[in-house]
Amino acid sequence: MSATATDTEMEFRTGIAEAMAECLAEDERVIFYGEDVAPGGVFKATPGLHEPFGDERVFDTPISELAMVGAAFGAAVTGLRPVVEVMFGDFMTLAMDSLVNQAAKWWYLSNETTPVPLVIRSAVGAGGSFGAIHSQNPAPWFLSTPGLKIVCPAFPADAKSLLKAAIRDQNPVVFLEHKRLYSLKGPRLEDDGDTLGTARVVREGSDVTIVALQRGVHDALAAAEDLAADGISAEVLDPRCLRPLDLDAIMRSVEKTNRLLVVDEGDALGGWGNAVLGAVAQHGLDHVDDLWLLHGAPYPVPYSPASEREYLPNGESIAATVRERAGVRVTTTA
Amino acid sequence: MTAAPETAPAGAHLAADAALPLLRRMLLIRSFELEMQRLFLKGEVHGTTHLYNGQEAVSVGICSQLRDGDYVAATYRGHGAALALGVPAEALAAELMGRTSGVDGGRGGSMNVIDIRRGLVGCFGIVGGSIAAATGAALSAKRTGGVAVAFFGDGATNQAYFHECLNFAVVRELPVVFVCENNLYGEFTAMQRVTAGGDIAARAAAYGMPSRKVDGNAIAATSAAAAEAIAHARSTPGPVFLEALTYRQLGHSKSDPARYRPADEHEAWMKRDPIELEKARLAGDLGVPAEQLAELEADVARELEQAIERALSAPANSPETDRPTEYAT
Repeated sequence: MSATATDTEMEFRTGIAEAMAECLAEDERVIFYGEDVAPGGVFKATPGLHEPFGDERVFDTPISELAMVGAAFGAAVTGLRPVVEVMFGDFMTLAMDSLVNQAAKWWYLSNETTPVPLVIRSAVGAGGSFGAIHSQNPAPWFLSTPGLKIVCPAFPADAKSLLKAAIRDQNPVVFLEHKRLYSLKGPRLEDDGDTLGTARVVREGSDVTIVALQRGVHDALAAAEDLAADGISAEVLDPRCLRPLDLDAIMRSVEKTNRLLVVDEGDALGGWGNAVLGAVAQHGLDHVDDLWLLHGAPYPVPYSPASEREYLPNGESIAATVRERAGVRVTTTA
Repeated sequence: MTAAPETAPAGAHLAADAALPLLRRMLLIRSFELEMQRLFLKGEVHGTTHLYNGQEAVSVGICSQLRDGDYVAATYRGHGAALALGVPAEALAAELMGRTSGVDGGRGGSMNVIDIRRGLVGCFGIVGGSIAAATGAALSAKRTGGVAVAFFGDGATNQAYFHECLNFAVVRELPVVFVCENNLYGEFTAMQRVTAGGDIAARAAAYGMPSRKVDGNAIAATSAAAAEAIAHARSTPGPVFLEALTYRQLGHSKSDPARYRPADEHEAWMKRDPIELEKARLAGDLGVPAEQLAELEADVARELEQAIERALSAPANSPETDRPTEYAT
């Protein structure tokens, strides 16, 4: 890694915009399109690209997710590097054939002669009262599809460095931007050589490992701070990518702490959190004293703010479950 | 812009020297399909097949007008398009038999043929996929003065792919030639029973692109219409639509005897077999000697026999020969 800190901060959405601008500038093959992206997109993540790069490289499309992603596939296998914004992750259902049957499978089917370098950027996740059809995290739909990469940044600097890595990658990448992170500020860390599939320990600890993604990383960090006051040392690990999954990094942490909590804002069954638990159980049961999942409910994400808050894991519920499971053991054995 | 679909000219002026290579390619496709049917019954071709018999003049006519740097996306009934584009019969046969010497190493089989080096973006196993792939390939082709051709059937015109991509290609001014091979049946169902309005070319015209019907069983007509359509798409740049009226002589797939079709309909279309029509035109109107045509057929048969023999001698794709990697690097 070649990270160097500067003394300024940036918003998560700025990280996205800067990554787009740098990649469009460095590589003529990169194009960027989606619904309302020319004026900057509904989440204002891509302002200022349309004018300098022109309408052939940055453009608005009809509301046609299947055509958008299908065309991205066709463009990618013929030499371009398309980046497509699908406004909400939930809308990716409309583009599944192109993404799952074409983009993910062409490398294999072409006998490894035809890479598919495309990126689908999409706003995902709950917490904004967008209701059941604009709030789901679609990652589990893609998790079981070999050939896809799934990137889930939690910090502004990662949004930039991972998006650049995604656009430079030779494979189809689903790049999931949590809606509650766009306005988050964080240190500007320029990393021009980031890699997909590498996790990061964002807080070191020794009693329990908390694996969380996106917005959940910040909830886990808040919980770790809270738990520290009780003498519980929580390590927070951000996988950053779900596929490929950096299982080695997770195993190293679990070998140290022997306890693993995964925080997944979606439902348990078939979710990414259970997939992580399953992989740890399969490969590292010797190192595990306890492993469990804090997750959303088995019904769609509620609209009402009060119900949505209750649905989602947060810093308090993470700290509470650690106290109940690991915390109690720490106190009784102390 | 065309308000209503026109009918393309018959293109009766295709001279013998230009026509004979096209007839040869149609003969190759027909013989190839018959061989694949035989090899399927012998257990050498696996899974399923969707044969192209009867539609040869469409892909051969269109592909004869393409040049390097152009792209084609085809369907699961794609052997014809692959051969028309120049994929060697040996590599295609080996692919269908799951052999390592297949055009895709035996990884794809009949429905998933890809040969990007020859411009074949792929054959698409799900109805309509080729439409979007060609639309996207046109984003690339537009930069280099190329075009992208989408082959698809009448059934695909009821998919979202069709409507979304025709619109997308018009508003983005993409050089796509949309070629609907209307063979009258979507799987087992007659086109007219499931296609509102009943006129596919009219649907395309409604999106504001030039749209024509063409006799899909007359190679002179398809190649003439293709030349015009491709030139228009290339120079505009923008999309063009061709509805090639043709007929699927066999069932949908290897397990379909196609008994749902009226006997008189089948009989009438068999009399309009594209290869027989062209042979008659060459022998009758253009005075090509019968011996020359017979020699051409014998030559194709020899070429194919050798290709199949070589394909059969290649090892099967197996865990010993093939170690897939998940990602491109």
